[in-house]
Amino acid sequence: MGKFLKHQIKTWGLTELFKGLSVTGKYLFKRKITVRYPEEKTPLSPRFRGHHALRRYENGEERCIACKLCEAVCPANAITIESEERDDGSRRTTQYDIDMFKCIYCGFCEEACPVDAIVETRVFEYEFQERGPHIRTKEDLLAFGDEHEEQIAADRAVDAKYR
Amino acid sequence: MFDTLQAFLSGFLFEWLAIVITLVLQTVSVVLPIMLVVAWLTYAERKVIGYMQVRMGPNRVGPVGLLQPIADALKLMTKEVIFPAQSNKYLFIIAPVLALAPAVAAWAVIPFSDGMVVSDINAGVLYVLAVSSILVYGIIIAGWASNSKYAFLGALRGSAQKISYEIAMGFALVTVLMIAGSMNLTEIVNGQKGGVLHWYLLPLLPMFFVYFISGLAETNRTPFDVIEGEAEIVAGFHVDYSGMTFGVFMLAEYAMMILISFMTSIMFLGGWLSPFEGIPVLESMFAWVPQLGWLAFKVSFLLFVFLWLRATFPRYRYDQLMRLGWKVLIPLTIVWVFVVGAMQYFSFGPWFN
Repeated sequence: MGKFLKHQIKTWGLTELFKGLSVTGKYLFKRKITVRYPEEKTPLSPRFRGHHALRRYENGEERCIACKLCEAVCPANAITIESEERDDGSRRTTQYDIDMFKCIYCGFCEEACPVDAIVETRVFEYEFQERGPHIRTKEDLLAFGDEHEEQIAADRAVDAKYR
Repeated sequence: MFDTLQAFLSGFLFEWLAIVITLVLQTVSVVLPIMLVVAWLTYAERKVIGYMQVRMGPNRVGPVGLLQPIADALKLMTKEVIFPAQSNKYLFIIAPVLALAPAVAAWAVIPFSDGMVVSDINAGVLYVLAVSSILVYGIIIAGWASNSKYAFLGALRGSAQKISYEIAMGFALVTVLMIAGSMNLTEIVNGQKGGVLHWYLLPLLPMFFVYFISGLAETNRTPFDVIEGEAEIVAGFHVDYSGMTFGVFMLAEYAMMILISFMTSIMFLGGWLSPFEGIPVLESMFAWVPQLGWLAFKVSFLLFVFLWLRATFPRYRYDQLMRLGWKVLIPLTIVWVFVVGAMQYFSFGPWFN
């Protein structure tokens, strides 16, 4: 009898409904977790994999030695490399293209590189509106690396002890 | 409303012209605010549901997204209205109008404060019930004219649901009429004078819930929106509607929501009466609030509850919905009719003297 009465009170008192309402009512006043993107940004990891860059040594010499490990490891076949002997006898690339439409930002090229030449940076806010510019040439990547060298070096330094 | 204006105009115009002008002005002065409230109710809905889901809701158009309804309206108006190949074009275009017209027409008898009513007829409750049930024709015709199985299923569900809940709703109102002894909405409110304890909310508490739940079903809001039921029948009766024809259905739905909130506050929450009547200090403290202000406050609270329920409850299964309507709400209302009769016989409380 007691059980029956309890059940009836629960049903006709709409207790379950009010419980549900109180939950959503509480959430109405909770702190909102939305990030208003262009104004606010989420923090990025130093390992963030965004736009690619080619780095240089401090004396201005380009790092890439055209070993083509990145081209070999690239799962999307996004990297195309041609190499030639330079006048001073060292091996350097003549062509280093990354097809940004093919790239899946896995970061394998960066892992494979023995001289830390190709890296992925924190920059992710870029877009291509037509074919052509989406193929980043050696000059583009080197220039991009020069532009962001400070941030790239800082990120590598933070991550160095885990590598 | 506007009697003085009519008297003033008939001083130098034809009698009929003065009447027509005042009637048009009356209609505009009721319909225009409603349409504006509908527009920002959609905004409020998205904002409230967003906040309950720990996100922001619309905040891009204008300050804190306040111009969002205007952007929505512009989008709907510039979109193409698509007619399905096998549809009945005439019925297809008439259906949204038939849905909107009763939702707007019912406002003719709603009093906004003492004497502020377009037409103060004695069968006000009956009129609102009659007109708001015509609304379902718009839905049925929309489902039929689309010539799509989903739309038709939605329309059939809609008609069955409306009929079921109209009964519970009618009976809930019968109890109000028993206490008030009048069908005139203004008199019903005036019968609740004398503070919160004199409102019909207390003796009719179960009826208040029944009426509000039936109102949810009547306006096809969650948890009773099986008519739309996007999981089963895509969007129900308005699958094939696009652009402004779809927008008009939305207008009708939200106008009905506001109407139900108005009716609930007039019937059970003392309409435009202050809740502090008869309480010594509070009454004078809140004497500055206009009658319309109290009504607007009660209505916006009820509208908030509409949105709150939508953010909280999942949709009823169709057979559960029918069970609730026929096996729970209707018996409950009939029982309460007898309870009210008994209370009346024994002159119970401040309500039956």
